[in-house]
Amino acid sequence: MVNRVVVGAHYGLRDWLMQRITAVVMAVYCVALAGWLMWQPHVDYDVWTALFSSQWMRIFTLLFLFSLFLHAWIGVRDVVMDYVKPAGGRLAIYVLAILTLIVYAIWSVQILWGF
Amino acid sequence: MKFRIYRYNPETDAAPYMQDYELQSEPAGKMLLDALILLKEQDDSLGLRKSCREGVCGSDAMNINGRNGLACITPLASLGDVVTLRPLPGLPVIRDLIVDMTQFFNQYRSIKPYLINNDPPPETERLQSPAQRAHLNGLYECILCGCCSTACPSFWWNPDKFVGPAGLLQAYRFLADSRDQATAERLDDLEDPYRLFRCHTIMNCVDVCPKELNPTEAIGNIKDMMVKRMV
Repeated sequence: MVNRVVVGAHYGLRDWLMQRITAVVMAVYCVALAGWLMWQPHVDYDVWTALFSSQWMRIFTLLFLFSLFLHAWIGVRDVVMDYVKPAGGRLAIYVLAILTLIVYAIWSVQILWGF
Repeated sequence: MKFRIYRYNPETDAAPYMQDYELQSEPAGKMLLDALILLKEQDDSLGLRKSCREGVCGSDAMNINGRNGLACITPLASLGDVVTLRPLPGLPVIRDLIVDMTQFFNQYRSIKPYLINNDPPPETERLQSPAQRAHLNGLYECILCGCCSTACPSFWWNPDKFVGPAGLLQAYRFLADSRDQATAERLDDLEDPYRLFRCHTIMNCVDVCPKELNPTEAIGNIKDMMVKRMV
């Protein structure tokens, strides 16, 4: 049992709020994409390419992906805070998760604007 | 009726075990605590806490058929033929159904559960309008039995860092009090990834509260207050 003097770290609200806002962005994107898919009589490579060749779709998709990465970061951090007790292990997982998500972010820009 | 009761005496037992009891008693009109008192006549080594026997003191909180509750207000007839009793989960066991509540009360103490008002006290009392008083409904009724916090997985994983639903409900009770002047300090103290934001809205607290209070809503209200002062 730990008897520590309890004071707040004075952060945490922004992360919590960001997780909510990014969830809304992802929900809007998913509904919009699902709606578009239902609107199309058939979807083939040409239709798909045409959709993603428009600048606004690329930006919207990038917004969705960045929201996903931020959302995932907070989620992973929360799981690690709950279950991983050794500080070294925690920091290692944090760094690994951040680096992975940065790689994903760069990669998603390349995918969206690279073809 | 059959009872399976968690037994553990750290001085004599190597490990906890479940002991079976049989009680020849008509369950109608009786509460679980009545049965436990009869069982204690059979076996006076059985350890449990009790006091008011009417759901006011919160002493006899325990895990009843897998769900936290107060033995004194749980009708025996609602429990089925085999009743499994364990101590509140997640806290150190002192003996049998008696747990060490130190961590729970440390968290409660940390939210400064008292009115902070630096104005000189008036002749009679600090007045509230009926509307201001109404804000405290659903908050002040908490009896600190510990059912909610010990049903909360976030409290199980971080009992030394997460205030827990009971403590946060009381934190909001003072944030919502029109007579309290320490709102900013209280919010500062709660803004912490562990102290407040370990709550993942699991809502076990709401499910088990024997007083039918809603700690999850109180936690949401604290977050609302934080958002409003930030944006």
